Amino acid sequence: MHARILGLAALAACLAVPAIAAVALSDAAGSYTISPAASNIRFTIGKAGGGGFDGAFARFKGSIRIDNGNVERSQVNLTIFPESVGTGQNRIDAFLRSDAVFDSTNSPEIQFRSTNVTRTGDTTALVTGRLTARGKTFPEKFTAELSSLKAGTIKFHVTGKVLRSRYGMDVGTPIYSNVVNFDMTLTGKRG
Amino acid sequence: MESSITNTSTRYGWAMIVLHWVIGIIFVGQFVLGFVMMRIESQRTAFELIQLHKSFGFLLLGLIILRIAWRLGNIVPALPSSVGGLERQAAPLAHFALYLFQIALPLSGWALVSVSTLEIPSMPFNLFVMPNLPLAVSDAAESFWTAAHWYLAYAGIALVVLHILAALRHHFWLRDSVLARMITPSSGRE
Repeated sequence: MHARILGLAALAACLAVPAIAAVALSDAAGSYTISPAASNIRFTIGKAGGGGFDGAFARFKGSIRIDNGNVERSQVNLTIFPESVGTGQNRIDAFLRSDAVFDSTNSPEIQFRSTNVTRTGDTTALVTGRLTARGKTFPEKFTAELSSLKAGTIKFHVTGKVLRSRYGMDVGTPIYSNVVNFDMTLTGKRG
Repeated sequence: MESSITNTSTRYGWAMIVLHWVIGIIFVGQFVLGFVMMRIESQRTAFELIQLHKSFGFLLLGLIILRIAWRLGNIVPALPSSVGGLERQAAPLAHFALYLFQIALPLSGWALVSVSTLEIPSMPFNLFVMPNLPLAVSDAAESFWTAAHWYLAYAGIALVVLHILAALRHHFWLRDSVLARMITPSSGRE
Protein backbone atom coordinates (compact mmCIF):
# COMPACT_ATOMS: atom_id res chain seq x y z
CA MET A 1 0.00 0.00 0.00
CA HIS A 2 2.70 2.44 1.09
CA ALA A 3 4.90 1.38 -1.81
CA ARG A 4 2.10 2.10 -4.27
CA ILE A 5 1.47 5.55 -2.86
CA LEU A 6 5.18 6.32 -3.01
CA GLY A 7 5.30 5.02 -6.57
CA LEU A 8 2.44 7.26 -7.63
CA ALA A 9 4.01 10.22 -5.87
CA ALA A 10 7.30 9.64 -7.67
CA LEU A 11 5.53 9.41 -11.02
CA ALA A 12 3.60 12.61 -10.31
CA ALA A 13 6.85 14.35 -9.33
CA CYS A 14 8.52 13.28 -12.59
CA LEU A 15 5.62 14.57 -14.65
CA ALA A 16 5.64 17.83 -12.75
CA VAL A 17 9.28 18.63 -13.65
CA PRO A 18 9.09 21.28 -16.35
CA ALA A 19 10.45 20.35 -19.73
CA ILE A 20 12.90 23.29 -19.72
CA ALA A 21 14.55 22.08 -16.54
CA ALA A 22 14.82 18.58 -17.93
CA VAL A 23 16.60 19.90 -21.02
CA ALA A 24 18.87 22.15 -18.98
CA LEU A 25 19.69 19.25 -16.73
CA SER A 26 20.77 16.85 -19.44
CA ASP A 27 22.81 19.67 -20.99
CA ALA A 28 24.44 20.30 -17.66
CA ALA A 29 25.43 16.72 -16.93
CA GLY A 30 29.15 16.18 -16.74
CA SER A 31 32.26 17.01 -14.77
CA TYR A 32 33.46 20.54 -14.17
CA THR A 33 36.56 22.03 -12.65
CA ILE A 34 35.99 25.15 -10.60
CA SER A 35 37.77 28.11 -12.16
CA PRO A 36 39.11 30.38 -9.38
CA ALA A 37 39.47 33.25 -11.84
CA ALA A 38 35.76 33.22 -12.61
CA SER A 39 34.64 32.36 -9.08
CA ASN A 40 34.69 33.99 -5.69
CA ILE A 41 34.11 32.91 -2.10
CA ARG A 42 33.00 35.74 0.13
CA PHE A 43 31.84 35.75 3.72
CA THR A 44 30.27 38.20 6.14
CA ILE A 45 30.21 38.11 9.94
CA GLY A 46 27.80 40.36 11.79
CA LYS A 47 29.05 42.70 14.52
CA ALA A 48 27.39 43.64 17.80
CA GLY A 49 25.69 46.99 17.38
CA GLY A 50 25.18 46.54 13.64
CA GLY A 51 27.26 46.16 10.55
CA GLY A 52 29.78 43.46 10.06
CA PHE A 53 32.96 42.62 8.33
CA ASP A 54 33.44 41.07 4.96
CA GLY A 55 36.18 38.87 3.68
CA ALA A 56 37.02 36.61 0.79
CA PHE A 57 39.28 33.69 0.02
CA ALA A 58 41.48 34.28 -2.99
CA ARG A 59 42.72 30.72 -3.44
CA PHE A 60 40.59 27.58 -3.65
CA LYS A 61 40.03 24.63 -5.94
CA GLY A 62 37.26 22.16 -6.54
CA SER A 63 35.04 20.20 -8.84
CA ILE A 64 31.38 19.82 -9.65
CA ARG A 65 29.96 16.64 -11.14
CA ILE A 66 26.38 16.65 -12.32
CA ASP A 67 24.95 13.19 -12.72
CA ASN A 68 23.33 12.48 -16.03
CA GLY A 69 20.38 10.44 -14.83
CA ASN A 70 19.93 11.59 -11.26
CA VAL A 71 20.71 15.10 -10.07
CA GLU A 72 20.65 13.88 -6.51
CA ARG A 73 23.77 11.84 -7.21
CA SER A 74 25.68 14.94 -8.25
CA GLN A 75 28.75 15.90 -6.29
CA VAL A 76 30.63 19.02 -5.21
CA ASN A 77 34.11 19.13 -3.73
CA LEU A 78 35.72 22.34 -2.63
CA THR A 79 39.06 23.02 -0.98
CA ILE A 80 39.76 26.50 0.37
CA PHE A 81 43.25 27.72 1.34
CA PRO A 82 42.63 29.95 4.39
CA GLU A 83 46.11 31.48 4.04
CA SER A 84 44.57 33.47 1.17
CA VAL A 85 41.94 35.19 3.34
CA GLY A 86 41.56 38.90 2.68
CA THR A 87 39.46 41.52 4.44
CA GLY A 88 41.12 44.70 3.24
CA GLN A 89 42.81 45.18 6.62
CA ASN A 90 46.25 43.54 7.03
CA ARG A 91 46.05 43.26 10.82
CA ILE A 92 42.73 41.43 10.61
CA ASP A 93 44.08 39.12 7.89
CA ALA A 94 47.08 38.24 10.05
CA PHE A 95 44.76 37.60 12.98
CA LEU A 96 42.52 35.32 10.88
CA ARG A 97 45.52 33.34 9.60
CA SER A 98 46.96 32.94 13.11
CA ASP A 99 46.11 30.17 15.54
CA ALA A 100 43.38 32.48 16.90
CA VAL A 101 41.22 31.53 13.91
CA PHE A 102 42.34 29.43 10.91
CA ASP A 103 45.79 28.37 12.13
CA SER A 104 46.63 28.16 8.43
CA THR A 105 50.20 26.97 9.09
CA ASN A 106 48.98 23.78 10.76
CA SER A 107 45.63 23.50 8.96
CA PRO A 108 46.32 24.77 5.44
CA GLU A 109 43.07 23.48 3.93
CA ILE A 110 39.36 23.82 4.59
CA GLN A 111 37.48 21.08 2.76
CA PHE A 112 33.90 20.54 1.76
CA ARG A 113 32.75 17.19 0.38
CA SER A 114 29.10 16.93 -0.60
CA THR A 115 27.18 13.89 0.58
CA ASN A 116 23.78 14.66 -0.85
CA VAL A 117 22.16 16.99 -3.37
CA THR A 118 18.43 17.59 -3.17
CA ARG A 119 16.61 19.55 -5.85
CA THR A 120 14.43 22.27 -4.39
CA GLY A 121 13.27 23.92 -7.61
CA ASP A 122 13.90 24.21 -11.32
CA THR A 123 17.29 25.76 -10.83
CA THR A 124 17.92 25.32 -7.13
CA ALA A 125 19.27 22.56 -4.94
CA LEU A 126 20.22 21.97 -1.35
CA VAL A 127 23.73 20.61 -1.07
CA THR A 128 24.60 18.83 2.15
CA GLY A 129 28.06 17.66 2.93
CA ARG A 130 30.90 17.45 5.37
CA LEU A 131 32.96 20.50 6.15
CA THR A 132 36.41 19.98 7.65
CA ALA A 133 38.37 22.83 9.20
CA ARG A 134 41.10 22.72 11.83
CA GLY A 135 40.71 18.94 12.10
CA LYS A 136 37.02 19.10 12.92
CA THR A 137 34.29 17.78 10.62
CA PHE A 138 30.61 18.63 10.76
CA PRO A 139 27.66 18.31 8.38
CA GLU A 140 26.76 21.61 6.70
CA LYS A 141 24.27 22.60 4.06
CA PHE A 142 24.39 25.17 1.29
CA THR A 143 21.82 26.43 -1.16
CA ALA A 144 22.93 26.36 -4.78
CA GLU A 145 21.22 28.20 -7.58
CA LEU A 146 22.11 27.68 -11.20
CA SER A 147 22.90 31.14 -12.60
CA SER A 148 23.98 30.27 -16.09
CA LEU A 149 24.88 27.38 -18.31
CA LYS A 150 26.50 27.82 -21.67
CA ALA A 151 29.24 26.38 -23.82
CA GLY A 152 30.66 24.02 -21.23
CA THR A 153 30.59 26.61 -18.45
CA ILE A 154 28.27 26.27 -15.48
CA LYS A 155 27.79 28.95 -12.89
CA PHE A 156 26.23 28.59 -9.45
CA HIS A 157 25.39 31.08 -6.75
CA VAL A 158 25.92 29.30 -3.44
CA THR A 159 24.91 30.59 -0.01
CA GLY A 160 24.97 29.09 3.44
CA LYS A 161 25.53 29.72 7.12
CA VAL A 162 28.24 28.05 9.17
CA LEU A 163 28.71 28.21 12.93
CA ARG A 164 32.40 28.94 13.44
CA SER A 165 32.42 27.84 17.11
CA ARG A 166 32.20 24.20 16.04
CA TYR A 167 35.54 24.46 14.30
CA GLY A 168 37.40 25.99 17.24
CA MET A 169 37.10 29.49 15.76
CA ASP A 170 34.78 31.06 18.31
CA VAL A 171 37.19 33.87 19.20
CA GLY A 172 35.49 37.23 19.52
CA THR A 173 31.95 35.98 20.16
CA PRO A 174 29.61 37.60 21.05
CA ILE A 175 31.18 40.85 19.75
CA TYR A 176 31.33 39.11 16.38
CA SER A 177 28.54 36.72 15.50
CA ASN A 178 29.09 32.99 15.62
CA VAL A 179 27.33 32.77 12.25
CA VAL A 180 29.47 33.08 9.12
CA ASN A 181 27.38 33.91 6.05
CA PHE A 182 28.93 32.48 2.92
CA ASP A 183 28.17 33.89 -0.49
CA MET A 184 29.95 32.23 -3.37
CA THR A 185 29.92 32.32 -7.10
CA LEU A 186 31.33 29.06 -8.39
CA THR A 187 32.04 28.78 -12.06
CA GLY A 188 32.86 25.34 -13.43
CA LYS A 189 34.51 24.64 -16.75
CA ARG A 190 33.80 21.31 -18.35
CA GLY A 191 36.63 18.79 -18.30
CA MET B 1 31.78 49.27 65.39
CA GLU B 2 29.45 51.69 63.69
CA SER B 3 30.74 53.26 60.51
CA SER B 4 29.61 56.23 58.50
CA ILE B 5 29.06 56.21 54.72
CA THR B 6 29.95 59.91 54.47
CA ASN B 7 33.17 61.69 55.33
CA THR B 8 33.66 63.83 58.44
CA SER B 9 36.06 66.75 58.88
CA THR B 10 38.85 64.41 59.97
CA ARG B 11 37.95 60.96 58.60
CA TYR B 12 36.78 59.26 55.41
CA GLY B 13 33.41 57.47 55.30
CA TRP B 14 33.32 53.91 54.01
CA ALA B 15 31.93 54.85 50.57
CA MET B 16 35.07 56.90 49.80
CA ILE B 17 37.29 54.16 51.24
CA VAL B 18 35.66 51.39 49.19
CA LEU B 19 35.80 53.50 46.00
CA HIS B 20 39.47 54.35 46.67
CA TRP B 21 40.58 50.73 47.04
CA VAL B 22 38.39 49.25 44.32
CA ILE B 23 39.55 51.91 41.83
CA GLY B 24 43.14 51.58 43.03
CA ILE B 25 43.20 47.80 42.57
CA ILE B 26 41.54 47.96 39.13
CA PHE B 27 43.87 50.80 38.10
CA VAL B 28 47.01 48.80 38.98
CA GLY B 29 45.44 45.68 37.43
CA GLN B 30 44.86 47.64 34.21
CA PHE B 31 48.55 48.61 34.03
CA VAL B 32 49.54 44.94 34.38
CA LEU B 33 46.86 43.74 31.92
CA GLY B 34 47.84 46.47 29.45
CA PHE B 35 51.49 45.39 29.37
CA VAL B 36 50.72 41.65 29.25
CA MET B 37 48.15 41.92 26.44
CA MET B 38 50.58 43.83 24.22
CA ARG B 39 53.37 41.29 24.69
CA ILE B 40 51.61 37.94 24.75
CA GLU B 41 52.37 35.52 21.90
CA SER B 42 48.90 34.02 21.36
CA GLN B 43 46.78 36.34 19.21
CA ARG B 44 43.62 34.75 20.58
CA THR B 45 44.58 35.38 24.22
CA ALA B 46 45.75 38.88 23.30
CA PHE B 47 42.36 39.65 21.71
CA GLU B 48 40.51 38.38 24.78
CA LEU B 49 42.77 40.28 27.20
CA ILE B 50 42.32 43.49 25.19
CA GLN B 51 38.53 43.11 25.43
CA LEU B 52 38.89 42.53 29.19
CA HIS B 53 41.11 45.63 29.47
CA LYS B 54 38.41 47.63 27.65
CA SER B 55 35.71 46.23 29.97
CA PHE B 56 37.62 47.23 33.10
CA GLY B 57 38.41 50.60 31.52
CA PHE B 58 34.71 51.39 31.11
CA LEU B 59 34.02 50.12 34.64
CA LEU B 60 36.79 52.43 35.91
CA LEU B 61 35.34 55.39 34.07
CA GLY B 62 31.94 54.76 35.68
CA LEU B 63 33.45 54.33 39.13
CA ILE B 64 35.63 57.41 38.86
CA ILE B 65 32.69 59.59 37.82
CA LEU B 66 30.83 58.27 40.88
CA ARG B 67 33.90 58.92 43.01
CA ILE B 68 34.33 62.50 41.84
CA ALA B 69 30.61 63.19 42.36
CA TRP B 70 30.83 61.68 45.84
CA ARG B 71 33.92 63.71 46.66
CA LEU B 72 32.35 66.95 45.45
CA GLY B 73 29.28 66.28 47.57
CA ASN B 74 31.24 65.46 50.71
CA ILE B 75 33.56 67.19 53.15
CA VAL B 76 37.20 66.44 52.43
CA PRO B 77 38.87 65.43 55.71
CA ALA B 78 41.62 67.84 56.73
CA LEU B 79 45.22 66.62 56.84
CA PRO B 80 46.54 65.86 60.34
CA SER B 81 48.15 68.91 61.96
CA SER B 82 51.54 67.18 61.87
CA VAL B 83 51.69 67.53 58.08
CA GLY B 84 54.12 70.33 57.14
CA GLY B 85 53.55 73.38 54.94
CA LEU B 86 55.13 72.20 51.70
CA GLU B 87 53.36 68.83 51.84
CA ARG B 88 50.12 70.55 52.73
CA GLN B 89 50.41 72.40 49.42
CA ALA B 90 51.66 69.44 47.36
CA ALA B 91 49.10 66.85 48.48
CA PRO B 92 46.01 68.48 46.91
CA LEU B 93 47.95 69.01 43.68
CA ALA B 94 49.03 65.35 43.63
CA HIS B 95 45.47 64.25 44.34
CA PHE B 96 44.12 66.54 41.63
CA ALA B 97 46.63 65.02 39.20
CA LEU B 98 45.57 61.52 40.26
CA TYR B 99 41.92 62.37 39.56
CA LEU B 100 42.89 63.87 36.21
CA PHE B 101 44.70 60.68 35.20
CA GLN B 102 41.85 58.47 36.36
CA ILE B 103 39.61 60.34 33.90
CA ALA B 104 42.16 60.84 31.12
CA LEU B 105 43.41 57.25 30.95
CA PRO B 106 40.07 55.51 30.33
CA LEU B 107 38.97 58.35 28.05
CA SER B 108 42.11 58.08 25.91
CA GLY B 109 41.53 54.32 25.69
CA TRP B 110 37.94 54.92 24.63
CA ALA B 111 39.16 57.41 22.01
CA LEU B 112 41.72 54.83 20.81
CA VAL B 113 39.12 52.09 20.23
CA SER B 114 36.78 54.65 18.66
CA VAL B 115 39.25 55.79 15.99
CA SER B 116 40.91 52.40 15.37
CA THR B 117 40.72 51.18 11.79
CA LEU B 118 40.12 47.69 13.20
CA GLU B 119 36.65 48.99 14.20
CA ILE B 120 36.20 46.38 16.93
CA PRO B 121 33.01 47.17 18.88
CA SER B 122 33.29 47.64 22.64
CA MET B 123 31.13 45.30 24.67
CA PRO B 124 31.94 45.73 28.38
CA PHE B 125 31.92 42.27 29.98
CA ASN B 126 29.85 41.07 26.98
CA LEU B 127 26.85 42.84 28.50
CA PHE B 128 26.02 45.64 26.07
CA VAL B 129 27.49 47.57 23.17
CA MET B 130 29.25 50.74 24.29
CA PRO B 131 29.03 53.32 21.49
CA ASN B 132 32.23 54.84 20.16
CA LEU B 133 33.19 58.45 20.83
CA PRO B 134 32.23 60.66 17.87
CA LEU B 135 35.73 60.76 16.39
CA ALA B 136 36.80 60.03 12.83
CA VAL B 137 38.36 56.61 12.16
CA SER B 138 41.83 56.81 10.63
CA ASP B 139 45.29 55.27 10.90
CA ALA B 140 46.73 58.64 11.94
CA ALA B 141 44.16 59.12 14.70
CA GLU B 142 44.76 55.56 15.90
CA SER B 143 48.53 56.17 16.12
CA PHE B 144 47.95 59.42 17.99
CA TRP B 145 45.60 57.93 20.60
CA THR B 146 47.75 54.81 20.97
CA ALA B 147 50.71 57.04 21.83
CA ALA B 148 48.58 59.23 24.10
CA HIS B 149 47.26 56.19 25.98
CA TRP B 150 50.80 54.83 26.45
CA TYR B 151 52.28 58.12 27.69
CA LEU B 152 49.35 58.70 30.03
CA ALA B 153 49.80 55.15 31.35
CA TYR B 154 53.52 55.70 32.05
CA ALA B 155 52.82 59.03 33.73
CA GLY B 156 49.96 57.42 35.64
CA ILE B 157 52.23 54.65 36.91
CA ALA B 158 54.76 57.24 38.11
CA LEU B 159 51.99 59.13 39.91
CA VAL B 160 50.61 55.97 41.55
CA VAL B 161 54.10 54.96 42.72
CA LEU B 162 54.57 58.45 44.19
CA HIS B 163 51.16 58.17 45.89
CA ILE B 164 51.98 54.74 47.40
CA LEU B 165 55.42 55.92 48.60
CA ALA B 166 53.85 59.00 50.18
CA ALA B 167 51.24 56.85 51.96
CA LEU B 168 53.94 54.50 53.27
CA ARG B 169 56.03 57.47 54.40
CA HIS B 170 53.09 58.83 56.38
CA HIS B 171 52.48 55.48 58.01
CA PHE B 172 55.97 54.21 58.78
CA TRP B 173 58.07 57.36 58.97
CA LEU B 174 55.79 60.17 60.07
CA ARG B 175 53.54 57.69 61.94
CA ASP B 176 50.44 59.80 61.36
CA SER B 177 46.85 58.74 60.51
CA VAL B 178 46.93 59.49 56.75
CA LEU B 179 47.09 55.84 55.58
CA ALA B 180 45.12 54.41 58.51
CA ARG B 181 42.13 56.65 57.86
CA MET B 182 41.92 55.32 54.29
CA ILE B 183 41.55 51.83 55.80
CA THR B 184 39.25 52.28 58.81
CA PRO B 185 36.11 54.28 58.11
CA SER B 186 34.82 57.10 60.22
CA SER B 187 32.40 56.16 62.98
CA GLY B 188 30.62 59.44 62.28
CA ARG B 189 31.37 60.80 65.77
CA GLU B 190 34.81 62.30 65.18
